[in-house]
Amino acid sequence: MADEEKFDVIVVGAGLAGSTAAYVLAKEGLQVLLIERGRQAGAKNMTGGIIYSRVVHEVFPNFWEEAPVERAITSYNIVFLGENSAVTLNLKAPGMGKPPYNAFSVLRAKFDQWIAGKAEESGATLVTGVTVDELVMENGKVKGIRSGQDELFADVVIDAEGAKSLLVEKAGLRGDFKPEDVSVGVKELIELPEEAINERFNVGGGEGASYTLVGYTKGIAGGGFLYTNKASISLGIVARIDMLAEKQVKVHELIEDYKLHPFISKLIEGGNVAEYSAQIIHEGGIAQVPRLYADGFLAAGSSACLLINNLFTLRGMDLAVASGAAAAKAVLKAKERNDFSASSLSTYESLLREAFILTDMEAFRRTPSLLNNRRFFTVYPDLACSVMEELFSVNPAPSEKAFKVVRRHMKGKAGLLDVLKDLLEVYRAL
Amino acid sequence: MSVEKLSLDKRLGLNKYEIDSESHIEVDKELCEKCEAKPCLFVCPAEVYKLEDGKLVYSYEDCLECGTCIIACKGMGRGAVNWKNPRGGFGIVYRYG
Repeated sequence: MADEEKFDVIVVGAGLAGSTAAYVLAKEGLQVLLIERGRQAGAKNMTGGIIYSRVVHEVFPNFWEEAPVERAITSYNIVFLGENSAVTLNLKAPGMGKPPYNAFSVLRAKFDQWIAGKAEESGATLVTGVTVDELVMENGKVKGIRSGQDELFADVVIDAEGAKSLLVEKAGLRGDFKPEDVSVGVKELIELPEEAINERFNVGGGEGASYTLVGYTKGIAGGGFLYTNKASISLGIVARIDMLAEKQVKVHELIEDYKLHPFISKLIEGGNVAEYSAQIIHEGGIAQVPRLYADGFLAAGSSACLLINNLFTLRGMDLAVASGAAAAKAVLKAKERNDFSASSLSTYESLLREAFILTDMEAFRRTPSLLNNRRFFTVYPDLACSVMEELFSVNPAPSEKAFKVVRRHMKGKAGLLDVLKDLLEVYRAL
Repeated sequence: MSVEKLSLDKRLGLNKYEIDSESHIEVDKELCEKCEAKPCLFVCPAEVYKLEDGKLVYSYEDCLECGTCIIACKGMGRGAVNWKNPRGGFGIVYRYG
């Protein structure tokens, strides 16, 4: 094969991690091929989150001025759903509606085209509609990729294919995913006029709300989300794969039940569903992260299972951008040494530490088990709702003190010792 | 104004697909027949996998390419599902995402 047919780097997947890596590398003058299997960037991508701004701002300064963001999130809500009521913890922070912002809602079909465009602008070659089937290996080293009959070669392949992480498996960097570590998320995109959203969510133009929903999942570990976009709402539910199978509950039915809950139906009524999407989410935390590099190979974004969920924030997209940038920097250092072995590329791991990604994942290593404690998604949301409902009610009967009300509602659902244990678990995890 | 449930078929009908003439999913019949749990029937958000007269059938055309079946079949079934990415450009095309 002639030299000019070999690239410095092949990046698989023009999502947030892949396009960021390609952008950083091409800007430094490397020959980068960015391969996307969708007809255009973003065609295969959906999000159940918001994108935290500051980390993205470091790579793409003031990106909000040109990127197709939907709304700057200024209202943050955690909602415990009972049978017919809801208890909400709400933060209204108008300051987060100003640069550098805290987080934005985005729709990936648009946003990913923008970020892939940045990679192209900086000189990367983007090809779309091409599926990478295999890695080309030679003596255990990654030499390139295979797509159908075609083979293409590079010093390094950066895998940013997304959560299915099929190439990471082929590179021998991970074992099988466990169904208890992975959730499936489904989302409905519900169109609503911009003004209706501003009114309903009590937000100004360009500002938006995010909701983390706990409970009302038929005993399945998981929860829901709701985000306001410019003229639509993203409503979704996330459920652990093993529990869906064991309890024979269907996630596409869970989300429809959700829509009828009075708290949710008030927010979405009059809207038209325009799209139904799904994705897997790696919830195992740091323990699930595979080996991140091999000879001639790096994994970034959700193909490396990079996700931090600490109940208050769920970070995936900004970690994808940060890890894409870190992967690119590791390749640039390897290029200086002209050594693309695993030990040379291991700089990547230190860079992910310096960017606080792996360190944060280690700090929150206990949250996955906290989120899997069944009392948190079954007993407590109901308890919060029924206790609050009683405390806020007045009856022509003698009143009880608050603590007594709590104890009475706990009866048969959770013992005092359970609650103390769980509080300790929250303290340790968060 | 009230909110109504939407059937799965209706929801899938809202999506845009570029349907390939060949399936990106293969199921090993022998392994599948030995599988009692059949987690694929419950976990797939598009109900791609169904039983017809006791036999597993699958409609790859509806696939949302989420990857759930790969993990459920390997981890809780017999690993009969062989799921590959559809050929370039084919499959689900998200217009919002």
